[in-house]
Amino acid sequence: MKISSSLVLVTMAALGLTGNAAAQALNGAGATFPMAIYTKWFNEYHKLHPKVEINYQSIGSGGGITQLTAGTVDFGASDAPMNDTELAKMKVHPLHFPTVLGADVVTYNLPSVKTPLKLDQAAVAAIFLLKITKWNDPALAKLNPGVKLPGDDIVVVHRSDGSGTTYVFTEYLTKISPEWAKGPGTSKQPKWPGGLGQAGNEGVAGMVKQTPGAVGYVELGYVLQNHMQSAILKNAAGEWIEATTATVTAAAAAAAKTMPADFRVSITDAKGKGAYPDASFTWLLIPSKIPDAAKKTVIVDFLKWMLHDGQKYCADLGFAPLPKSVVDQEMKQIPQIQ
Amino acid sequence: MSAPAILANKSGRTRRWHGLQTGDEVAHFVTFLFAASVLFVTAFLVWELWIQSAESRAKFGFHFLATSDWDPVLGQFGALPFIYGTVLTSVLALIISIPLAVGAAIFLAELAPPSLSSACTFLVELLAAIPSVIYGLLALFTVVPLMRNYAEPFLKKTLGFLPFFQGPAIGVGYLAASVVLAVMTFPFIIAISRESLMEVPRDQREAAMALGATRWESTFQVVVPYARLGILGSIFLGLARALGETMAVTMVIGNDPAMHASFFAPGYTIAAVIANEFAEAGTSLHTSALIEMGLVLFSVTIVVNALARLLVIATSRKGTAQSQ
Repeated sequence: MKISSSLVLVTMAALGLTGNAAAQALNGAGATFPMAIYTKWFNEYHKLHPKVEINYQSIGSGGGITQLTAGTVDFGASDAPMNDTELAKMKVHPLHFPTVLGADVVTYNLPSVKTPLKLDQAAVAAIFLLKITKWNDPALAKLNPGVKLPGDDIVVVHRSDGSGTTYVFTEYLTKISPEWAKGPGTSKQPKWPGGLGQAGNEGVAGMVKQTPGAVGYVELGYVLQNHMQSAILKNAAGEWIEATTATVTAAAAAAAKTMPADFRVSITDAKGKGAYPDASFTWLLIPSKIPDAAKKTVIVDFLKWMLHDGQKYCADLGFAPLPKSVVDQEMKQIPQIQ
Repeated sequence: MSAPAILANKSGRTRRWHGLQTGDEVAHFVTFLFAASVLFVTAFLVWELWIQSAESRAKFGFHFLATSDWDPVLGQFGALPFIYGTVLTSVLALIISIPLAVGAAIFLAELAPPSLSSACTFLVELLAAIPSVIYGLLALFTVVPLMRNYAEPFLKKTLGFLPFFQGPAIGVGYLAASVVLAVMTFPFIIAISRESLMEVPRDQREAAMALGATRWESTFQVVVPYARLGILGSIFLGLARALGETMAVTMVIGNDPAMHASFFAPGYTIAAVIANEFAEAGTSLHTSALIEMGLVLFSVTIVVNALARLLVIATSRKGTAQSQ
């Protein structure tokens, strides 16, 4: 008894010492899509709090959830909310904190077409189901009066690696197309009806850029930074919406009205006015119980900073900031971290 | 018979243990351990692949090798399109690279002036050291557009009556992957073939010349047949490299898990699907199926290597018979 209690004392002393003298390190892992903004945040936060160091490994959403379940990281990050089976495996219930918004943009390579193409729900689904195979298909011509569409073959490019980007895009297709819902469905790596697979946003973007007649989906940030041609999509309210950080934030604001308490929500095909139809949150997964008091303090402080000051770094990096309504809802969730 | 054998065995072993004190025997023992580690690593690899793929093997059995449906959402996994893609691209790559690389080796070993030969050999060895992702990038930005704009339309026009050269010319696909693989196998085939050609004894050439053979005849009827085992060996080394190549292939093959007769069409290889899907494999069955793919690739490599050995044995027998 004596020995064990003295051991505990010694261990506590050692922990206390490392906590005070050295930097407080936090380790996280998960989604690749928000990597750019997370790196920026962790750097800026480190500048404000030189003793805090947050390491983030962008190993993919699935990997992040696995690592969090195994307890090898302090927090996870995912582009898709955890499902019930994944939650059941967790020893400590994780809280979902939306951090920023992303969107999938339908990008294409038609050098002769100068005005952005308009694609409604049926057209997007038909293109990715390979039902429409030529750019001058009557269905596309009808949506784009006055645009001279070339007779090129449509070359569909999709992700070959499992990715949250694909999850969001196939979820959108599942919602807008019964045929897609029955066929490939929603997945990080579905069985595509055909087309070319390339790894990473950069792979899809590169392939679309160099293949005339190609069409694919990439993250909004990629399209904004690389000045790629992007389609205007029709949203649930019947409006034609261009993908910008403002229309993506509008999609989140529309969803905020019916936000579930655990923030596990999909905002694809959002019903609001001016909402871009193919947007998504990305989440930080924070354990609801953090036994280490020092770590808990840092995480709580970081979350508050990220929800307010951190949001201003979004636009430069091609991410859409959270609407104020969502920020307020998240602030109420923070006290749940114990 | 048995008693003396055991005795001999025993005494042999004791001698070895006593002998361990001498430097030679220590070296013998240590190097034996090193050699055994190769066996151990291989056995461990197969064991792990076998254990980890249990779920997939139990669910699909041999159908795994014979079905072509790959659907992570529904949990259906069949390896056929990937085996097809792997074998097709590797074989096409060799068809392209063998004549070029062996021809280059013959020139460097037999005909080129020594200074040119050593400069070229240096460059060839440099080629072998380039990381495959660099080949992939090069292929994506140069080979693919060349394929799309020139090679594939040309093949379509000239050989378009064959099913292999039909369909839309996208640039990305089996053919682009094969061309990249061909380039990647060049250094292996050239370097080793050249070495084996250089090792052909001088008197072989001189004898051929003395019998009135031209340089051409002496090269093709004496020197190349003499070095054929080395050349074959180099080709199999190239083939092994082609079968397992991942990065460069996945960047240009199109990653489409389907089987197409057309070389222009996109496909998939075993190594590429493992690299693409492993990190985000959602279910344990998916992970297990990908590990079984590793096992399949391992088996394909073993089968190909075994065939290669048989071919080498057959050729060397034929060679001895001829020379006698």
